[in-house]
Amino acid sequence: MKYLTEFRDPELAHAVLDEIHRTVTRPWVLMEICGGQTHSIMRYGLDQLLPDEIELVHGPGCPVCVTSLELIDKAQEIASQPGVIFTSYGDMLRVPGSSRDLFSVRASGGDIRVVYSPLDAIEIAQQNPEQQVVFFAIGFETTAPANAMSVIQAKALRLSNFSILVSHVRVPPAMYTILSSPHNRVQGFLAAGHVCTVMGYWEYPPIANKFGVPIVVTGFEPVDILRGILMTVNQLEETRTDVENGYPRLVTYEGNRQAQAVINEVFLECDRKWRGIGEIPNSGWCLRPEFSQFNALNRFSVDQIQTEESSICIAGQILQGLKKPPDCPAFGSQCTPEYPLGATMVSSEGACAAYYQYSGKNIPS
Amino acid sequence: MCLGIPGKIIEIYDNNDLLMGKIDFSGVTREACLAYVPEAKVGDYTLVHVGFALNLISEQDAQETLDIIRQIVDVNAELSQEMD
Amino acid sequence: MTKIFPDMQGPACPVPLQHKKKVVLGHGSGGQMSQDLIASMFLPPFDNPYLRANDDAGVVGVILDQGFGEEISGRLAISTDSHVVWPLFFPGGDIGRLAVCGTVNDVAMMGATPNYLTAGFILEEGLNFEVLEKVVGSMHDAALEANITIIAGDTKVVQKGKADLLYINTTGIGIVPPGLEISGANAQPGDIVILSGSIGDHGIAVLEARQELGFTSGIQSDIAPLNHLVNAILNVSNQVHTMRDPTRGGLATSLNEIARQSKVCIFLEENSIPIKPGVAAACEILGFDPLFIANEGKLIVIVGRDDADNVIEAMHAERYGEEAVIIGEVKPEPQSRVLMRTPIGSTRVVGILSGEMLPRIC
Repeated sequence: MKYLTEFRDPELAHAVLDEIHRTVTRPWVLMEICGGQTHSIMRYGLDQLLPDEIELVHGPGCPVCVTSLELIDKAQEIASQPGVIFTSYGDMLRVPGSSRDLFSVRASGGDIRVVYSPLDAIEIAQQNPEQQVVFFAIGFETTAPANAMSVIQAKALRLSNFSILVSHVRVPPAMYTILSSPHNRVQGFLAAGHVCTVMGYWEYPPIANKFGVPIVVTGFEPVDILRGILMTVNQLEETRTDVENGYPRLVTYEGNRQAQAVINEVFLECDRKWRGIGEIPNSGWCLRPEFSQFNALNRFSVDQIQTEESSICIAGQILQGLKKPPDCPAFGSQCTPEYPLGATMVSSEGACAAYYQYSGKNIPS
Repeated sequence: MCLGIPGKIIEIYDNNDLLMGKIDFSGVTREACLAYVPEAKVGDYTLVHVGFALNLISEQDAQETLDIIRQIVDVNAELSQEMD
Repeated sequence: MTKIFPDMQGPACPVPLQHKKKVVLGHGSGGQMSQDLIASMFLPPFDNPYLRANDDAGVVGVILDQGFGEEISGRLAISTDSHVVWPLFFPGGDIGRLAVCGTVNDVAMMGATPNYLTAGFILEEGLNFEVLEKVVGSMHDAALEANITIIAGDTKVVQKGKADLLYINTTGIGIVPPGLEISGANAQPGDIVILSGSIGDHGIAVLEARQELGFTSGIQSDIAPLNHLVNAILNVSNQVHTMRDPTRGGLATSLNEIARQSKVCIFLEENSIPIKPGVAAACEILGFDPLFIANEGKLIVIVGRDDADNVIEAMHAERYGEEAVIIGEVKPEPQSRVLMRTPIGSTRVVGILSGEMLPRIC
């Protein structure tokens, strides 16, 4: 497959790995905030092949897992109402709320449908004019242009039975929060390549300057990820703190202006709660008042649902590499994969879920 | 957030006033919205995420990236020769 | 240092809930949830050694009175399967062909020659006779190809809305040749793991036919009766320890089941696993892992090392085995695990499908 196969070439991957091994002289802690990159690192076992000096911390990059408990509970409440067709990206169906997930709601009679694209949800709304169609609009900046377009289309098509439940999260405020922590250990960042495809990387120089960390825009295939790591390590070894683009075939400094314009037209920045981490100011996008008629929170009365994030969950510290899961008092007791408190237990790629699955069993050495 | 796949635009058309395209992913085709890449032409490659083309792929930049890495391959080969 | 990153749940992000109060779709996916349901709901009340063996078919010893005081004894393999696939027709097959081949294959995986099938139909009020005729015609053709006879059946009709037009249950019976011990518990360190052909075809073909995700791939389902292929394999080797057809839950789930039953490690080479480009592309777009996608015309053979080449050669000469390939080997450690060497040389754990496979954005 063009533009995929070349960047999975084992010979190229090993060349970059060898170069990383040659370059690194002391320990470095790198973070990526992107579920897709975490997935790729695991799928290709990249962290096994890196030098021991490099510690890769998987940050809060899975928008599915960081969606706040309160919003998940509200989604389930809306989905269980008669006359509602609740549409969602596939991975959201599995996310546990306070007591159940969307699968349970479906088992109890809720009409819940997986869609690949928000435009599919629009089509469902057109085909079912007598029912309320709600779309669960989650994601980082990568998904915002698509989610925004659904609202623009709904307006253009004069759909009165379509609304969205928004839970957008933004990467730069998360980086700020992580780097601002007095115990921060992260020394370099791999910036999420597809987030930057939309947003560009003009938001990162102030962060790199303020906190003195190199940031490298990185892609997803093994060769891309390794190259991003190499560029970051090069900077660290040379004590540079620049923002570099390791994914130029898709990312430009300005990003996709068109997409950013539509995002700005539909959304505005707001505070957002991250599951297991708490509220990060300005870290989310919410629907602008002009589009409030498409806001599911206005259309359905779910204000009474106010779920607090766990006060004992230390996912935030785990996501920064400051603590390990067994350090958490709730680990394995109040917090398990069946009843997770934070993102690191919700996500099967999260540190807590991984540790939990391996406790007491044979771990291959 | 980031599952995006490169594909080739094989058809461009309008649907409900939205610019749409048929994208070929090595034999599998799917429709995608091209509203964010209005300059797209048939034959261009683009990255598709949740049914939307987010940007066109720059062939030149892709080649340059691969060339830079192939240089590392060459350097490695030289180094291992020197060590022999 | 080589660290193997844990990947217990497969590519399921986030970790799915263990649903313990109501049935959810994930219980039917063939993965961990299905196994948990069987272990908690069905095994305790039905418990017996045949079920506990956890193979594709139950194998029981029988003594048959031939009359005139003569008795013969032997072993029967018996398997049952219910087919609820939607839509009923898809590229490469339909529910009828699936109903016959699925059960024929389960019986064949024990080394038995499938002889007889029963067929129970649940028909929804309003089902077009034309549709039913087409399905039954398919079953006829598949039975002919597999050389089996349908000897008993049942028909029920339910009200409109109580079934997706048509459900079929088939039960198959075959005789296990004496001395043959083929089971998921018999894989041994040193054995070679062979796969008969490309994975993921059936699952992707059905997904496409549902038209919910909007892609076109041209992939055909691989539904096929594998009993003749199995015969060809058993004719050239008496070192076949395990056979399994990787249906729901895919190759990864079947191999994990065998690894657990046999308490061995199955070690795979990712580069050797055949995947059609269309299947690979569809999986990339949706975020699926082909290792977890259903197959209905493929089999895994785990055979003693010395016989591996002979078995491959025999498979190549047989229909449905032309693309057979060695995909890995059995090692003693780590027990009950499936590991895979990636194309770039690292080793990762291959997990079991947890619940339903869903397209992801993350």
